[in-house]
Amino acid sequence: MPIYLDNSATTATAPEVIDAMLPYFSEESGNAQSVHSFGQRAKAAVEYARRQVASLINAAPGEVVFVSGGTEADNLAIRGIAEAHREHGRHIITSKIEHPAVLATCEALEAMGYRLTYLPVSGSGLVAVEDVASAISDDTILVTIMHANNETGSVQPVEEVAELVARARASGMDHLHFHTDAVQSVGKITVDVKRMGVDLLSLSGHKFHGPKGIGALYVRKGTRLGKLFYGGHHERDRRPGTENVPGIVGLGRASELAREQFGERSARLRELRDYFEREAIGRIPGVLINGDAGRRVPNVSNLSFHGVDGESLLIALDLKGIAVSTGSACASGSLEPSHVLTALGLTRERVRGSLRLSLGAYTTREEIDYALGVLEETVAKLREMLPAGGAELMDPTAF
Amino acid sequence: MYSKQVAEHIANPRNVGELESPSGVGDVINEVCMDRIRLTVRVDGGRLSEAKVRAQGCPPTIAAASVLTELITGRPVSELQTLGRADITDALGHLPPAKKHCAALALEALREALDDIARRASQDDPA
Repeated sequence: MPIYLDNSATTATAPEVIDAMLPYFSEESGNAQSVHSFGQRAKAAVEYARRQVASLINAAPGEVVFVSGGTEADNLAIRGIAEAHREHGRHIITSKIEHPAVLATCEALEAMGYRLTYLPVSGSGLVAVEDVASAISDDTILVTIMHANNETGSVQPVEEVAELVARARASGMDHLHFHTDAVQSVGKITVDVKRMGVDLLSLSGHKFHGPKGIGALYVRKGTRLGKLFYGGHHERDRRPGTENVPGIVGLGRASELAREQFGERSARLRELRDYFEREAIGRIPGVLINGDAGRRVPNVSNLSFHGVDGESLLIALDLKGIAVSTGSACASGSLEPSHVLTALGLTRERVRGSLRLSLGAYTTREEIDYALGVLEETVAKLREMLPAGGAELMDPTAF
Repeated sequence: MYSKQVAEHIANPRNVGELESPSGVGDVINEVCMDRIRLTVRVDGGRLSEAKVRAQGCPPTIAAASVLTELITGRPVSELQTLGRADITDALGHLPPAKKHCAALALEALREALDDIARRASQDDPA
């Protein structure tokens, strides 16, 4: 049976979402900018979806900008602030464990002459609020720290960072902004832009059972932001281009489902994830949890299996129909391990033995049980393969 | 990225273990990534009768070590000198270009085992 445990990579689009989208490919195929009735209905659908998304994150509808996905949302937030506020400063603070959509954008700005601070994280993968405080200087225009990490699921102290930014702003740093990439947290834990106190927040539809190719950037009212693209006056002049009406409708419906089912879904996933980890650790020796076991989204488990290569596990599990992912990848004979797990200060062996399972709304207990059985058998086989001396690798204290 | 054959050898590695009193041992390490293959073989009447292997490292290293034992078992030792990297990659379907060195490591383990056989033979037969 095919078992999909890679929901941090992407999720299946919910049937309710597909149903909501379908008319907008055919009978309701108007351009939301057209004046005629087709256009008006498309426009109404876009605005309805905007309210659905806004409601999920407690924003005002006018603060939601539809974009093509998480990467564009991150680019628009970071480059938009950098461009609009460069006369007031060229310093940006981020962390070492951000998604490439943030890190590569920051590196591109660094190459253009911006000053970047990449904050370290603790062994459990959390940014220290004090580190953010001491990094802020007179020329800082943006702090961008992710909400939940895509590899470990660890949840960053975003509210505390926002308070810090608010205090700095109150003391006269008018041009300091705070962005968070919430692509991995929306739909899994409470994401409330007011309570979090962020100026900008990225989200992506396909990470919570919406369609691919659609996302949104929350832009707090009054935030001055540069553009990535030039064209028409769509999305309140923040993002030109004909609206992806089916995608937007799908994102709206997925947001509504997430809001309705949030509590029940999260509790069920947490119980399943915790069950998986208890069983894995109980049945397989030499297994450790990576990241902060307490402070994380409920659907992600990142484990390291001592003495075993994560990629080998992934391949063997795939052969049995189970899809997972790994932070370890070896190319050209030199390890290029996960920048996230490396930033946690984990040993090379531990990074190499890492495997991420991420659960979704449709994951069942039966699937978890089957995956546990295959995992146990595969780890045993691969460990039997270890050269003499390899057995002692199974002591997690030496890991 | 990887062939079905690689996946199959990862899921079910062949001839896993270590022979007691082998005719030759090849134990090699890739110093860059620390992948390791330990091959033990037995020779009977000029033919490689048995091979056991252990390996640690990335998937193609495990798969190359596993498939090597299938390629060499039952063959005359004299033929094994000509076994090349391509024989291993062909048996695995294919390997990504960046992973060809895993086949090279398996081959190195074989060469070392063959050298060990020759060395032990010359020690047993001080002509």
